[in-house]
Amino acid sequence: MATLKHTARRFWPRRHADDSLSIAKPPARLRRVEPQIEIPPNDPIVAYFLSAPGAIELDKLHLDSPALRDLRAAGVALAIPLVSQGELVGLLNLGPRLSEQDYSPDDRRLLNTLATQAAPAVRVAQLVRQQQAEARARERIEQELRIARIIQQTLLPKELPQIAGWGVSAYYQPARAVGGDFYDFLPFEDGRLGLVIGDVTDKGVPAALVMATTRSILRTAAQHGDSPGMVLERANDLLCPDIPPKMFVTCLYAILDPSSGRLHYANAGHDLPYHSHDSVAAELRATGMPLGLMPGMRYEEKETVLAPGDVLLLYSDGLVEAHSPTRDMYGFPRLMAQVGTHAGTGALIEFLLNDLTAFTGPGWEQEDDVTLVTVSRTESEPSPMTNSTGYISLADEPVPEGWRLLDRWTVPSAPGNERKALARVAEAVIDQGLTVKRIEQLKTAVAEATMNAMEHGNHYQPDLPVELMVLASDDAIAVHIRDQGGGRPLPQTVEPDLEAKLAERQTARGWGLFLIKHLVDEMRVTTEPTHHTVELIVYREEAERGNSPA
Amino acid sequence: MATRPLEARVRQSLPRVAIIELSGEVNGFAEETLNAAYAEAERDNPDVILLNFSDVDYINSTGIALIVTLLAHARKAHRRLLACGLSDHYVEIFTITRLADFMRVFPDEATALAASKPN
Repeated sequence: MATLKHTARRFWPRRHADDSLSIAKPPARLRRVEPQIEIPPNDPIVAYFLSAPGAIELDKLHLDSPALRDLRAAGVALAIPLVSQGELVGLLNLGPRLSEQDYSPDDRRLLNTLATQAAPAVRVAQLVRQQQAEARARERIEQELRIARIIQQTLLPKELPQIAGWGVSAYYQPARAVGGDFYDFLPFEDGRLGLVIGDVTDKGVPAALVMATTRSILRTAAQHGDSPGMVLERANDLLCPDIPPKMFVTCLYAILDPSSGRLHYANAGHDLPYHSHDSVAAELRATGMPLGLMPGMRYEEKETVLAPGDVLLLYSDGLVEAHSPTRDMYGFPRLMAQVGTHAGTGALIEFLLNDLTAFTGPGWEQEDDVTLVTVSRTESEPSPMTNSTGYISLADEPVPEGWRLLDRWTVPSAPGNERKALARVAEAVIDQGLTVKRIEQLKTAVAEATMNAMEHGNHYQPDLPVELMVLASDDAIAVHIRDQGGGRPLPQTVEPDLEAKLAERQTARGWGLFLIKHLVDEMRVTTEPTHHTVELIVYREEAERGNSPA
Repeated sequence: MATRPLEARVRQSLPRVAIIELSGEVNGFAEETLNAAYAEAERDNPDVILLNFSDVDYINSTGIALIVTLLAHARKAHRRLLACGLSDHYVEIFTITRLADFMRVFPDEATALAASKPN
């Protein structure tokens, strides 16, 4: 047995994605550590090793091969290719013999036998390692998808808006490789409802993170109730600096005024919504570039009116880009036809999902997220007074203990009628010893609360009056104002920002609740399933209390 | 109670001062009248536009919003918008809403014009 100058150094080859081999560093217990030698698959030495099996003395090779130079530089004198199933899987490399003699034929036979037995074992080891790496990669992808799903589902609305006379439904089904779909509802204090639907390019965690950012930006941009075009413009400018390259967001933003059915909308490159009216579906077109592509964009604003019986459909491309078994696409024409065909306002989403299932057939693997949001206006708005839903008139309520009834009456819900309410309140409290200033403050507060009740509570329906009741106690005057549009709490007052309004970053409106809060000593709001009652209280000032009648 | 729709009369007083004399109610119905009067007042490119509220007996939150819109237009065009003739109650409303921080409020037209004269 020949004595080798060095322990037979095992250069464990590693196979790369580009099919090159690298000779890994030997384990640390060996005496010498050689640099890792990369052998690209197109190096001439690879073809040579495959064509000339057996031990090869590198000094005798005449090849223009970078790998050969590297091997020689690393001190390799004899290389024995490890070939498995016609593939070079590694090399057994030896330095010069310690005796400084050439390797003998016996040495070579021994090494060839060793290589023949080692090659398949090395190949098996490589395959095992490759499979382990692939399993880890799969697990990482699954983990990322789980995170993406959690991000997305956490940020989607947990509850649907409840608006008298309207139905709002939503459906969201993520694809296996989660896309970046999202939708959102933004209730405003004046009773309007913001509607958002969007889709981020890309999938998985990057899309989910951009979706989360966009949702926050939109909520911030929309918080003052500005027009849809302005909101998209601001959101785009905020998103542009931070969005990763090659990503963008399509998004439709609309504001619905439930009292009138008016829908203002602007579109940042999202699929056009459909408006179904009298069983005919129409696209709602408004032009605008997707968010995040370039700053300074302008967004066209449009308006339509949703009449009783109408339905609005917002959706993402997961539905229209679904494929049948014959690779036909569901497409916009089919969706538009289905929206028009669907009769009634009940369950358009279910109707469309059934049609999608019929189109794709069983066993369809969903290609992209499917998101659907519908807003439907019921045939006629329910009237709590006429359908006996439990509305209790102020006239039927006992006067609270410690209070005296000064007056009680109703005002029909019509623009301008708040003047009638404030005039009658002034008459009711004229002899209550309040100063002129206090009476003026109370009148304005009553006018604003009555306007809110007529507009946001009763939607200016003439058959739904606003009820008022004026009470006096030893300490205070109270005015109760009741509408018939309960069921959801009144939104919190947001302090109007005049500077923002002057800069047209905030709507000029939104002063009503603010004025009330500043003009009376207390404002209490109670919400019942059928009505809201606003209670305004002004305390008698000490100086006047003694002058007031008993 | 009889309601009085807003009426507006525009007149020139000092050079480069336009006065909009308002009478009636500043509410949601007043938008068209108010905007038309403002456009007329702007026609001669005045430095100052004075809103005279002496004969206005009611301003509601929608009316406040209309005034905010006029003020925004005036500021964009580098014009001064002034107010006069407001009752004590509406002076308080202008103070609460901070409108008084952005448009000077005078007790009457004479005081407003005196303050508008170029130095």
